[in-house]
Amino acid sequence: MTTAPPRGANAPSIAERAYRIRRHAVRMGEVQGQGYIAQALDIADVLATAYFHAMTYRPDDPSWEGRDRFLLSNGHYAIALYAALIEAGIIPESEIETYGFDDSRLPMSGMAQYTPGMEMSGGSLGLGLSIAVGMALGLKRKNSTARVYVLFSDGELDEGSKWEAMMSAAHYKLDNIVAIVDVNNQQADGPSSQVMAFEPLADKVRAFGWHVQRIDGNDVDAVVAAFDAAKADPQPRPKMIVADTLMGKGVPFLEAREKNHFIRVDPHEWALALQALDAGRPA
Amino acid sequence: MTSTPTPPPGKPRLTTSAMIASIAAEGQKTRSAPFGHALVEAARTRPDIVGMTADLGKYTDLHIFRDAFPDRTYQVGMAEQLLFGAASGLAAEGFTPFATTYAVFASRRAYDFIHQTIAEENRNVKIACALPGLTSGYGPSHQAAEDLALMRAIPNMTVIDPCDAHEIEQVVPAIADHKGPVYMRLLRGQVPLVLDEYGYTFELGKAKTIRDGRDVLIVSSGLMTMRALEAAKLLAGDRVDAAVLHVPTIKPLDTRTILAEAAKGGRLVVVAENHTVVGGLGEAVASVLLQAGVHPRFRHIGLPDEFLHAGALPTLHDRYGISAAAVTSRIKAWL
Repeated sequence: MTTAPPRGANAPSIAERAYRIRRHAVRMGEVQGQGYIAQALDIADVLATAYFHAMTYRPDDPSWEGRDRFLLSNGHYAIALYAALIEAGIIPESEIETYGFDDSRLPMSGMAQYTPGMEMSGGSLGLGLSIAVGMALGLKRKNSTARVYVLFSDGELDEGSKWEAMMSAAHYKLDNIVAIVDVNNQQADGPSSQVMAFEPLADKVRAFGWHVQRIDGNDVDAVVAAFDAAKADPQPRPKMIVADTLMGKGVPFLEAREKNHFIRVDPHEWALALQALDAGRPA
Repeated sequence: MTSTPTPPPGKPRLTTSAMIASIAAEGQKTRSAPFGHALVEAARTRPDIVGMTADLGKYTDLHIFRDAFPDRTYQVGMAEQLLFGAASGLAAEGFTPFATTYAVFASRRAYDFIHQTIAEENRNVKIACALPGLTSGYGPSHQAAEDLALMRAIPNMTVIDPCDAHEIEQVVPAIADHKGPVYMRLLRGQVPLVLDEYGYTFELGKAKTIRDGRDVLIVSSGLMTMRALEAAKLLAGDRVDAAVLHVPTIKPLDTRTILAEAAKGGRLVVVAENHTVVGGLGEAVASVLLQAGVHPRFRHIGLPDEFLHAGALPTLHDRYGISAAAVTSRIKAWL
């Protein structure tokens, strides 16, 4: 019997975990000279909370039957999830050097067959919540108390499949789904709210029959509280956390950079980004 | 529309049949809902089997399963992307979903979901689809002329085009036992019963000679094997001896049997399929023969590369050359 990474009084804080996740991600970006690094930085606090507060899993047995499932619907966030899986001890830190290279277990876009702990193949946006519905139905069939966490982006709300899946998750009272929407307001062709208006998101999803919370996704205390409240909601309904995030969070010069879906980072800036993260390391 | 609006003198003017009408000819021996009953039978010993549909339970015979196992049936509404994404999720949790809809909606509307969430992840999902090829008179919206081409282009996918009720009953337990994604064409309702008389048994991945003959080899799948057998009887009246090689598994293709049969000297080889001539059994067989250096005279019966008309199925099957009479006359003209 193995256990999840240490939690409790002597364990690193979630903020410290988020800092390390950001650092792993920036190091992977440096290896390739590119990557969806701004998204990785914005979602690190959510991933740190998921992997070091909310979820149950066994680092040395990533397909353990009793684990909570984590579905990365937005496959281009793989660099962020790899960073979390490294911090969680599911992937060795040494594999950072292989990111995006031939024969690596860490391809640029997340795929289930490649990476331990990667539950689905993303890349084509809008798939994750449908898979989550099936997994949640399956877990209930097995009388499992495991949950399905699924992360997707605000841009993915353009896909009709997301709304099909939201409707069905409520219909089947899938209270074992916790969906996290990363609202960084940036997608391939520009600000998400301008590409296709999706607000008022929380009201819409609430009207679908979900438990919905909207929080600052870069406020660790708020994220922790939201995960707790999602778990604690006694109603038989799926849960959603709408997380407003800041692209590039933790690296001031990237936070300030004109926002782009695929942010430009010059070769010398990777080291500067690491320095910035170190400067902002939680006490 | 290029056809004349009035039928030839002496021929009754037919109307488009209801969506759930049987494709069986009048007086033909049939069996009711073979897919639904076979799935119920398989599920009795396989608790991992679950049924799913996107608002087409009645139209795919899944309602038989739903009535027997209501708590093992998932209705996802008219949402095919969700149907296959959720099927992937259930398969990830160890279940074996049989997901049903019409062939057009699976192959065209939900293609990426099948490709990515099922095939790429090699999930154990069985996709069973009614109205394959030209089995509806409702026009291209319901005519899945290209489903086999689309499905056989996906890695990991096993593709099956069964002929009749006898075969469907055997395909269901076979694909339940097969590990990996399967696309299965479905005939539903009152389904013709033909192959039982030939002592035929389905084996996944195997082509089988249903009838031998010296002059022409008809290589066929799905309901075209019924038509080929009828055509063979009609051709016999003209002293033409036709063999019928039934190829229910379109992928992986039984190339060994196809090559062995095609190489038996001197016969005209005719591939007959209820599918567009683009990308289906005909082109697959042609490729196998050419690459192996087997060069018989070769002809191809399939649906033309165009959007097909609405109308009565017998009219359309005649018009597009896949009725038994049309198959017979075309083969006679080629000999």
